[in-house]
Amino acid sequence: MTPSSHLPVTRRNFLGGAGIVVAFSLAGMSTARGAATGEAEPSGTGAVSVLPDDLQPFPYLDSWIRIDADGKAQVFTGKVELGQGIMTALLQVAAEELDMPPNLVSIVTADTTRTPDEGLTAASHSMQYGGPALRLAAANVRMLLLRTAASMLGVADTEVSTMGDGTIRASNGRSIPYGAVAASLSLHVEAVADAPLRQPKSYRSIGQSLPRLDIPGKVTGGASFIQDMRLPGMLHARVIRAPSEGMKLALPPRAEIEAIPGLHAFVQQGDFAAVVCEREWDAVSIMRQLMANPSQRQDENLPVGDIASILKPLPAKDYVIEKVSHPTAKPVKRLEARYTRPWYSHGSIGPSCAIAQMVDGELTVWSHSQGIFDVKRVASSLVGMPEDKVHAIHVQGAGCYGQNGADDAAADAALIAHLLPGRPVRLQWMREQEFGWEPLGAGMVTEAVAELDASNRIVTWNYDVWSPPHNTRPTTANGVLAGWEVTPAFPPAEKIPIPMPAGDGSRNSNPLYALPNMDVNFHFISNGPFRSSAMRSLGGHLNVFSIESMFDELAKAAATDPLDLRLDHMEDARARAVMMAGAEAFRWKTRRKESKFHGFGMGFARYKNLGAYCSVFLEISVEQNTGAITVLRAQTAVDCGEVVNPDGVRNQVEGGLIQSLSWCTREAMSYDTQRRTSFDWSSYPILRFQSVPIDIRVDVLPKPGEPFLGVAEASQGPTSAALANALADATGLRFRDMPLTPEKLRRALITL
Amino acid sequence: MTISLDVNGERHTVTASPDTPLLYVLRDDLQLNAAKYGCGLGQCGACTVHVDGNAVFSCLTPVAATVGRRVTTLEGLGTAEKPGILQQAFIDEQAAQCGYCIAGMIMRAQSLLSYNPSPSDEEIRQHMQPNLCRCGTHYRIIRAIKRASAVLANHQNKGDAT
Amino acid sequence: MIVVKSKRQIWLSALGIAGLVGMVTAAIIVYEPAIPPVARPSPSSFEVAEVKRGAELASIGDCVVCHSTDGGRPFAGSKALPTPFGTLYSDNITPDETTGIGNWSFAAFQRAMTRGVARDGSHLYPALPYEHFTHVDDADLQAIYAFLMTREPVKEVQPPNDLLPGLGFRPLLAGWKFLFLRKTAFVQDKTQNNEWNRGKYLVEGLGHCGGCHTPRNLLGAEEHGSDLAGGVAEGWIAPALDASNPSASRWDQASLFDYLKNGIAGAHSAAGGPMGPVAEGLSEVDDADVRAISTYIASRMKPAATPSAKTNANPAKAEGTTASKAATRTPASDAAKLFAGACGGCHMSGAPMETAGRPPLSVVSDLKMDDPRNAIKVVLGGITPAAGHGPYMPGFADALTDQQIADLLAYARSRFTDAPTWPDLAAKVSVIRKEDAK
Repeated sequence: MTPSSHLPVTRRNFLGGAGIVVAFSLAGMSTARGAATGEAEPSGTGAVSVLPDDLQPFPYLDSWIRIDADGKAQVFTGKVELGQGIMTALLQVAAEELDMPPNLVSIVTADTTRTPDEGLTAASHSMQYGGPALRLAAANVRMLLLRTAASMLGVADTEVSTMGDGTIRASNGRSIPYGAVAASLSLHVEAVADAPLRQPKSYRSIGQSLPRLDIPGKVTGGASFIQDMRLPGMLHARVIRAPSEGMKLALPPRAEIEAIPGLHAFVQQGDFAAVVCEREWDAVSIMRQLMANPSQRQDENLPVGDIASILKPLPAKDYVIEKVSHPTAKPVKRLEARYTRPWYSHGSIGPSCAIAQMVDGELTVWSHSQGIFDVKRVASSLVGMPEDKVHAIHVQGAGCYGQNGADDAAADAALIAHLLPGRPVRLQWMREQEFGWEPLGAGMVTEAVAELDASNRIVTWNYDVWSPPHNTRPTTANGVLAGWEVTPAFPPAEKIPIPMPAGDGSRNSNPLYALPNMDVNFHFISNGPFRSSAMRSLGGHLNVFSIESMFDELAKAAATDPLDLRLDHMEDARARAVMMAGAEAFRWKTRRKESKFHGFGMGFARYKNLGAYCSVFLEISVEQNTGAITVLRAQTAVDCGEVVNPDGVRNQVEGGLIQSLSWCTREAMSYDTQRRTSFDWSSYPILRFQSVPIDIRVDVLPKPGEPFLGVAEASQGPTSAALANALADATGLRFRDMPLTPEKLRRALITL
Repeated sequence: MTISLDVNGERHTVTASPDTPLLYVLRDDLQLNAAKYGCGLGQCGACTVHVDGNAVFSCLTPVAATVGRRVTTLEGLGTAEKPGILQQAFIDEQAAQCGYCIAGMIMRAQSLLSYNPSPSDEEIRQHMQPNLCRCGTHYRIIRAIKRASAVLANHQNKGDAT
Repeated sequence: MIVVKSKRQIWLSALGIAGLVGMVTAAIIVYEPAIPPVARPSPSSFEVAEVKRGAELASIGDCVVCHSTDGGRPFAGSKALPTPFGTLYSDNITPDETTGIGNWSFAAFQRAMTRGVARDGSHLYPALPYEHFTHVDDADLQAIYAFLMTREPVKEVQPPNDLLPGLGFRPLLAGWKFLFLRKTAFVQDKTQNNEWNRGKYLVEGLGHCGGCHTPRNLLGAEEHGSDLAGGVAEGWIAPALDASNPSASRWDQASLFDYLKNGIAGAHSAAGGPMGPVAEGLSEVDDADVRAISTYIASRMKPAATPSAKTNANPAKAEGTTASKAATRTPASDAAKLFAGACGGCHMSGAPMETAGRPPLSVVSDLKMDDPRNAIKVVLGGITPAAGHGPYMPGFADALTDQQIADLLAYARSRFTDAPTWPDLAAKVSVIRKEDAK
């Protein structure tokens, strides 16, 4: 029942049986699951007698669940709410296994003094790995509650059952509430792996679209976000940096700054500087005033030009991702293509924010980081305090979609508070600071060569991907801006890619399709021109875009339906089912081009080849004279294993689809030789209402009893690919370099 | 200096520099959470509130400019216990992911429904164009606005009948 | 009260007079024969290179701006052109055979462009700037024809024009043309280089820059001899493109090129109002042609005309350098505070727009002009980038009162320019707000 037992085995069976599997080694890549590799897959053994990965280091049940005398349950998770609805889904899982009404359960998310350390809330791991841990812990608690109740009621263990309302009833008709049982039950016991789970046919919570717990507050002005926290005596800070990464701002002498009216304190340590004020607008205004000073580039000039010519010459470390060979028929057609994506901004609507306070030698940091235990480690190393004197608490921020400025802002705030002990300090990054300094989603290049035999079988698949890092999440001060600015500075950490099977720039570079000959190579560029780190789906976005684009190019060369070509090369039954379910709902087989510049496209992937399966089908029209794309219909089908909250899954998949359309059609961090030049929403436009598909449908396939599969990033790659494929269908032209902007399309289409 | 404001039908007196954008006065002085800092440039709409019934960017509206005018924030439309029609529609459609943009979205939508209670899809999309969502909740937001519009029409019909 | 007439309003107001003259000469000039319809030429009958050239020329001519509605199909027409005399709707110029120009021969197209006569012989309103297109050579018209005939046909009938009684009588237009339409071949100026001549050809012909930037006489035609001396467009002032431009001394070929190609020039400002779509169109045009236009316009702005009070050649008023250093930041006056809160987020020294190299207000032309109209319109309605990206400014119509906007602008004028105070600002804001609300 552990996730690793669900590797895509079909292809390997096929290859193992008939072909030569060339073993490849990931030696030299870190495989330890720790904070630094929190985006990597846990290394579970797959044996059922072993606890789920997240439960192993924290086996005591009271780390996860407490039941009060009044019968209410408190659930503790190291995962955090990012707007993905995980709090609600995890609560449903706990309520199910505790067999309690969800409204009697409350949930506490990552807090270094209260909850287990479950690493990052990232990589679509929360349900896949956090879910089973919490589930088994809750099942253990229910088992103990039943046993204790049986002895209290004087009946055999088999004579009691939970009723779903927080009570236990014996076969003799007597019943007892959880609260009464809990009072005489210690949960400071280790979980066992074989506690009985509730069965799908009797589910009360799992599978229900329980309304999100956090939405009522968010639509009525509740204090939902870290930005809404107001601690007594709180000061407002703004950090002072040049307009862009790679530059340095020249500041006037300290005394001159300190004379500015409205300033409470000017905080400076090495090249780190911040202004702190009683009033927020004073902090903004003084920051602006200081920003008017000149900035100069410190690092070497940025390379400009097309992304392939920038990335490919850079020093890279090469990794073999997949190498298999197998005798096949002679190839008769050969296709080669290069695909690229630019650097992307996470583009959170709420720029990063953090609050920190230093009192009595203890430092507390409130942050919306995805890795709250890492916030503690970073702050501790940055300010030189022992870890047990530093606490970090998660409070929601705006959606981050990966590593935006959250961790940097948390470190900034920690440093300011450490230098200015006493009152709490709230640090808010400005929008332009987020654009100028956050780690970007890495620009990437792929090259694919594929050959078809006379019967339209793909006989050769050679694939290369070049990418800067997708995971530079900080675990000490050497991974945050403030750490590089203080004196003495913390030299930047060495960058290491996330190993397969999760992968980094290599994520999803190994096709799930059953291909007899594959040579897939990853060229890891540890030092790209920009700071880069995790952004939703990591390298999976371009890899799926490339693979799925190439499949359509092959289908065109073979004059066969793109869906058929995929099914002909797919042995994973669930993958086939997801493609066919999507096609059926979309009415793919009976699609008809209604006019020139009207067309259809599909994309498919199983995220990381480990998570959810997702197929996306699009119907579009393109305006030849403007290059504007209208998405008339979007249909997706998803298999994410057991579905805890169907509406939550639909919300995530639909959101990912719209976000991916935005990435694919308009986004790119602009820059010149000196700096990032995207600094606002006019220089980094994202999709607005008028470009939203006219119709969107998400079908979630029911898979009762199957393990949970992470779904939040599943639609990123398939959607961008489906769009490129629909464009090719609508125009006869293949667009391989994102973003596919109206200007680019117009240029290509205007004379057609 | 001391400034007197009418926010959500209540009179408030704050001490602030008159140039302070309304956003910071609402958030820091009146402790109202809904209007959010998003860009400070009038480009994302997270800070949207109403002044005299019109949707404005509170990040670019100096507090001094609102003296003698009616300011309405999301808090003025209802509460979690007793949500307004649009707020309830957003709950019913589960029209939020991270939710950071949602307060601005509802205020923008409210200004549409106040002069056009039955907008078409295209009118909704056009009217909502100034507000950004990064999670991709747009489609649900459109649905929520339509739902609220239908509820309004239903109320209207009932009102006519009685 | 100020009434600024758009170019369309002015020529319509002239229709009555023109009509009288027209009656006299009617017998001679009114009649135009119908040109027989043709089967729609096959798109493949046109060379791709010619279509491509036609696309660029059509962008220079900005056909799409008037011949499409917001959100409508490009070139399908039906855009409302409101005037005090009623509303005109632009024609469908896609090659649909029943509702567009699908059955127009090249001869019919050429006659429409150069003489303002439709295929069926009816006279076209001079909203189609045939005053300018008459200078366009046949090869270029052929290319534009090729471009239009290879578009996807769109079936769309424009609503009937809704003009005051009498003005819908098209033969009146013949009189107007008799007076003002002068077909002249473009003559090269041998003292200038090819680029300059190319620029002049594009500016006077397809670009029809004078349509907005040349003042019009009482009969609504462009004043001969006052070419590009400044006009009006859709309620905006189209600044003079000669030495009387308040920023003439700072414009040059390079900055004009940036402005026309990208909609923004660092030492000037962003294209707003009707100029936005013009720049958007030019962004699609070959650099050489945009450079030619820039060269020609720059040359017109350079010759030192008699300096007048309004051609202030003042260098940009430098923003107080102390503001960039640590110094007092408390704004002094109420207006200064209003400015700091409403505009400072973007336009104060050190604000992100400025550190990103967007034009500071000290160089912006709208603040230097004698008439505050454009400045008021920008503050009320903002600047929306035509293509969804590029310089953007939110409008303040809903956030600020007339008086507040007047106070802001008066403050900005005095802080960022050396020009005299604008009189009656609040009243002007009120008038323009009402115009914009229509």
